[in-house]
Amino acid sequence: MTDAPTLYGLCAAALIGLGVYGFIVNPQPLRKLLAFNVVGSGVFVLFGAIAHRGGALGWGGDPVPQALLITGIVVAFAATALAVALLLRLADEADSVTLADAAPAKPDVTARDR
Amino acid sequence: MTTTPGGLLLVLAVLAPIVGMLIAFTLGGRNAQRIASVTIVIGLGIAIAIAAAWAQTGATVVYLLGGWSPPLGIALRADGLSVVMMLAVAVVILGIGVYARADFATPAGVPEARAPFVFWTLLLAIWGALNLVFVSGDLFTLYVALELLTFAAVPLVSLDGRAETLRAALRYVLYALLGSMFYLLGVVLVYGAYGTLDIGLLAARVHAEPATLAAAAFMTVGLLAKTALFPLHLWLPPAHAGAPPAASAVLSGLVIKGSWFLAVRLWFDVLPGVVTLASAQLLGVLGAAAILAGNVVALRQARLKLLVAYSTVAQIGYLFLMFPLAFDAGAAALERGGALAGGTLQAISHASAKAAMFMAAGLIYRAVGHDRIAELAGVGRALPLSVLTFALAGLALMGLPPSGAYAAKKLLLDAAEASGQWWWASVMDVGGLLTAAYVVLVLVHALRPATEPREARAHVSHRAQIAALALALCSLLLGFAALGPAPLDAMPKPSLDFGALASALLVLLGGAVLAAGLGLRLPPLPSRGVLTAPLAPVRRATVAVGATFVRVDAALRQWPVAGLALIVAAIGFGAALLA
Repeated sequence: MTDAPTLYGLCAAALIGLGVYGFIVNPQPLRKLLAFNVVGSGVFVLFGAIAHRGGALGWGGDPVPQALLITGIVVAFAATALAVALLLRLADEADSVTLADAAPAKPDVTARDR
Repeated sequence: MTTTPGGLLLVLAVLAPIVGMLIAFTLGGRNAQRIASVTIVIGLGIAIAIAAAWAQTGATVVYLLGGWSPPLGIALRADGLSVVMMLAVAVVILGIGVYARADFATPAGVPEARAPFVFWTLLLAIWGALNLVFVSGDLFTLYVALELLTFAAVPLVSLDGRAETLRAALRYVLYALLGSMFYLLGVVLVYGAYGTLDIGLLAARVHAEPATLAAAAFMTVGLLAKTALFPLHLWLPPAHAGAPPAASAVLSGLVIKGSWFLAVRLWFDVLPGVVTLASAQLLGVLGAAAILAGNVVALRQARLKLLVAYSTVAQIGYLFLMFPLAFDAGAAALERGGALAGGTLQAISHASAKAAMFMAAGLIYRAVGHDRIAELAGVGRALPLSVLTFALAGLALMGLPPSGAYAAKKLLLDAAEASGQWWWASVMDVGGLLTAAYVVLVLVHALRPATEPREARAHVSHRAQIAALALALCSLLLGFAALGPAPLDAMPKPSLDFGALASALLVLLGGAVLAAGLGLRLPPLPSRGVLTAPLAPVRRATVAVGATFVRVDAALRQWPVAGLALIVAAIGFGAALLA
């Protein structure tokens, strides 16, 4: 129960859970982005644990997950950069950086219905 | 497994747009558009060549990267499904490319303008990513392809740089990222359980065990979030309605098909024996909810582009109806058959029809200066071609013969009959009626004579109108296309006999009645009072129903609700896979 891969796996599950929680409850886009990165870290830790388990054959570890992990980290980094760029641009254009619609869409009952 | 003749074409199909994008990005300025035009022609040629190579043998075209076969290497594969999708995407990209020449021409006198430069480079990027999705034979490569697709699609939303569209782009990217993390988590679990990510090898190895079921649930829900299947659609309406029309056509017609295609691959090729009746039904239920809610909310929109965006929400639902219909209860597995062919045909015909519809809406916006449906009177006279395009694309979406959607519906109805699942058939019929309703509503407004003579505010390119019309006709005449061998050989021949005509009229008539009941702002009737007075209570009731749908939709598109929906859906799929 207390071997290293299991511990890392549980740690990964905790990170993913925290990240998803943060993503849902934080209204600010930057916090959501950080929460996404926490989820990502959790997934990567899980992959690392799986790579270690695959290394039971006597190697230092399963190399395939490591290669995939690097790619995954690059993709997550690129995603973060893209989102931050959008966020900065939004901060320039609008006075408040929120994800809510500028004027909350009113239900159409108020519209001129006949 | 070895590389088959024509296998190299698969590499070219991915590389040609990406090389084109890189050259366009390097040279910049006006060259971006020229290079995009050349690449589009080359890419179309490659897609046709792949189709020819595939049709010759009828077997999957395979290319082994570096000559290593899986599990050591990575294989690119194109089966009938990918070939058909690649061909359809190439044709739609061609149409969009011709259309966008007017909107995204670099203005004279400047060496480079931001929007055209970004549009043309990213159009190629989206195409390369889509082709990679279609030919990848490996779950992780598919993840990378999907991310490339999202990264290329997001900036298209905010091409005009207004705060409103930037916000829409940010919503899109954040929600899509959470979706892709769910997918990646599933990939990691699959690797942990089976030690490979190759689709062919996995199909032989997977069995129902806790890790597989959890992975399947996470991957499916992640893909649904990226496809914007109701109720995970919070990002779609603002993003697709806010983008410039050519970009909307790309996003709505093509981009969502990428993650949808991946879901199809996952369910039909990786997990056909693991999915259960309950999980397939759950996917169908979400699809049915999308059709109902998307169409009704579309009817309640005041703006044309939002109406078309909500129509996409509804049409995504159709794409998921094939999952329960393809489930063979006897074998307890998903079968590739008529239902899959129908779903694919639906995707292709939606790609062309919705692209054409967004283009027509864009032209109307350009000519009139707004897209408020209630104030469209006189547009029919000012822009006859665009209104005709809208009408034809609408007919294609409704599924009237001889459109591709008609053939698709027929295939799905046959599958529904064969498997005794009549309820999906009625969902499709209701969806067709509601689609007819909003098309009729828009046309009634657009064809009204203008009260004052309407001056076209801006010049509308003739070429753009023709491109949009051609795409609409593509979709409408798709039913005639005999695409040769499988998978579409089961396609019914469109019949134009009296029965088909009568049912078409019935759909239109039913649509008109629904539009009168649920539509937002109806044009004034000549004989108001006498005829409509007894109907006023009915109208009040239907308006209340419509308003309820709008409220529910607005509530579902709140972040906390949408986030929770994601988790609930994941748990739901997990439970359904256990059942």
